[in-house]
Amino acid sequence: MDKNNKNSMRITTTLLKTLCVLVLLIAFSCNPDETQTVAEFKNLVLSDEFDTDDFIDSDIWTFDIGNGTNGWGNNEEQFYTKRTENVSVQNGTLIIKAIKEDYSGSDYTSSKILTKGLKEQAYGRFEARIQLPTGQGMWPAFWLLGANCGDGTADTEVWPNCGEIDIMEYRGQEPTVVHGSVHGPGYAAGNAITKTYALENDRFDTGFHVFGIEWTPEYINYYVDDVLYNQITRQQVEEKGTWVFDQPFYIIINLAVGGNFIGAPNEETVFPQTMLIDYVRVYNK
Amino acid sequence: MVQNGKLELTFISTLVNNIKKDKMKTIKYKYTKATFLLLLLLSITSCERELSDKAEFANYGTTGDIFIDAPVGLTDQFFVSFDPAGGANTEGFGTDESVTYQGASAIRIDVPAGDDVNGGYIGGIFVDRGVGRNLTGYDALTFWAKGSTTATVGLVGFGTDFIEDKYAVGLENIKLSTDWRKYTIPIPDASKLIQEKGMFIFSAGGIGTFPEMGYTFWMDELKFEKLGNIGQPQPAMASGEDRVETKFLGDQFSMADYSLRQTFNLASGINQTVIAAPSYFSFSSSDIEVARVNESGIVSLVGSGSAKITASIAGVSVAGSLTLNVAGGFPVAPAPTLAASNVISIFSDAYTDVAVNYYNGFWQPYQTTLGGEITIDGQNVLNYTNFNFVGTQLTAPLDISEMTHFSIDILMPEVLATDIDMLIVLKNENATETTLQQQRIGGQTYQWSTQTGDINDTESNATFEGGVWKTIKIPIRPTAETGLDKTGVNLIIIERIKSSNVTELHIDNLYFYKE
Repeated sequence: MDKNNKNSMRITTTLLKTLCVLVLLIAFSCNPDETQTVAEFKNLVLSDEFDTDDFIDSDIWTFDIGNGTNGWGNNEEQFYTKRTENVSVQNGTLIIKAIKEDYSGSDYTSSKILTKGLKEQAYGRFEARIQLPTGQGMWPAFWLLGANCGDGTADTEVWPNCGEIDIMEYRGQEPTVVHGSVHGPGYAAGNAITKTYALENDRFDTGFHVFGIEWTPEYINYYVDDVLYNQITRQQVEEKGTWVFDQPFYIIINLAVGGNFIGAPNEETVFPQTMLIDYVRVYNK
Repeated sequence: MVQNGKLELTFISTLVNNIKKDKMKTIKYKYTKATFLLLLLLSITSCERELSDKAEFANYGTTGDIFIDAPVGLTDQFFVSFDPAGGANTEGFGTDESVTYQGASAIRIDVPAGDDVNGGYIGGIFVDRGVGRNLTGYDALTFWAKGSTTATVGLVGFGTDFIEDKYAVGLENIKLSTDWRKYTIPIPDASKLIQEKGMFIFSAGGIGTFPEMGYTFWMDELKFEKLGNIGQPQPAMASGEDRVETKFLGDQFSMADYSLRQTFNLASGINQTVIAAPSYFSFSSSDIEVARVNESGIVSLVGSGSAKITASIAGVSVAGSLTLNVAGGFPVAPAPTLAASNVISIFSDAYTDVAVNYYNGFWQPYQTTLGGEITIDGQNVLNYTNFNFVGTQLTAPLDISEMTHFSIDILMPEVLATDIDMLIVLKNENATETTLQQQRIGGQTYQWSTQTGDINDTESNATFEGGVWKTIKIPIRPTAETGLDKTGVNLIIIERIKSSNVTELHIDNLYFYKE
């Protein structure tokens, strides 16, 4: 845990803690026979509940703007803006909206928010409660990137050496499936260490679900709602490459359109599409 | 003629016509007379009291299973076939203990060849043996199926009970693999299904063109399920378009004629679209003094003016709309004045008509024309929509040697005069040869063929006005000119030529006469 960051994390109220414990209890009570422990980190150090309409906390979030280089490296088709059309807070929810429109040479607009330079932390529990969009070509993600990611100069490392932890990625054309992955040297892009999780009798685009990880020096646990579905250990990673997950990371939430991971939208894709984020919370032990 | 009874049938025939459109050209779905009588009874007794405060819904069974290793709660006959008189083959239905998806038994369907003497297609329904089931807790009908070869089954669905068919749902053209696959038919709005008897419907014809090749397919684990992973409803009417049509005061028609569909996204990400009966939809009219829609989706035009019909299913807005511009009352066709002794009538209220097999043969694969006989304000007329061509087949070949003319009254709701270009074909089609006389009507802008039988008579360059009946008298030409063998005319075909803009026709007083 980076001390500087720890000091800057928002102090939480007792009420909120109680609520979280309650939520966990409720979550667990759905599956009384399951003995697995999903979350062990309970000290809330950062939360954004998106409770104030038309307010995005600039102490927590910044924006990536534009269409990136080669569509953010993935041939994505959207242009990210910070306009309220694409990103806003309403009724207790952060709304990221992908719109089909001609904008600065792109066919779509959307938004990407990140805590880069504002809230960065090594290890901990990162979770968000999200309702995902739907349809071919919609690629929302909730992920972490090493704070040292850069062009390799000064103290920076080029991707993937700086590390990436994808807490949730999703293809709009597979509405019951999410993916959790890590990327690093020796296991990046198509060779990432990844696992998918599929809902049996529910889907991700019709209601909210909690997506989270618990990240320690020895492992990263992935969970959806009350189901712990994967553990990636340091040993597993080191069989493929180098464990690069001991430095601070920042949070990214974005809704991409098209790109290598999912393919372009088709004529059945309905626009606009929204990604609704109820909260983002970070805990440590 | 009882109007409601006929209109109630429209949905069935629309559903069925849609099936036919896609695959099986030899199928003639006809519901039994008993069904029709029941429909009449239902229509007649539909003047119900309002629900009183004390009324309670009965608690019907909620079993979702239909066939697991044996039929579950179905009627003793298990399978109720479509009418064999309409070509349905009743021989090919059974169960199989050696080929199953799981468990001891599966349903086995032997789809007949198109020229099978016992009927050229197979299809029917499974009906609940009790008073009907409460299916509100489910969101889809599912089953596993495989074919002896890759093939397409024209229709699967539920909600058809051969009585009301109120909540009929159809999924068209499912593709069979030679391995087991699961098929999912979403329920458009399960809250409607508090007492459903129609557990399953299927219809299948052979492969290829006539005589189609038969094959076998199996179905197993047929049941209603609560999948929970079906979402993103996108209901639509009129193909999602905002359609505008001109109709007549007093007209009645079913919204089932306007492509009512419900689409759900399945867990696989596939958008699954089903044909949904009008009763799943809540329709509303922007002006109930012009157009009213009842809960069965029957629209009644009660006043002049304009009204827009929109709809929703379970609170979700339906894409598309229908704007009705209602002019005055439907004009009565000119009353024929000839003595009956000089007339052979095919369709007229003024004369006794000869027997016909149909006024619309729904010929596949190229015909788009829908409709047939309807009643407007007590007047029997033929109404064809989505028109490209349509045929009337006489039950017995007709000798018209003595006749001098063929008369037909045509009314088009909207007319762009330069776009009228049609053919009327009198045909003698028998086992040895086909002869015909073809008469061009109104056409001036298109090339005319020199095929035997063609007549391009100036007399028929009729000028049409929107909403006005036009009587056209076509001289019967000498056989030497046309080749038509007049001793056995059995087909009358009306055809739109090329890109001519005729889309809706009303027709009346179709008869041969001698001067």
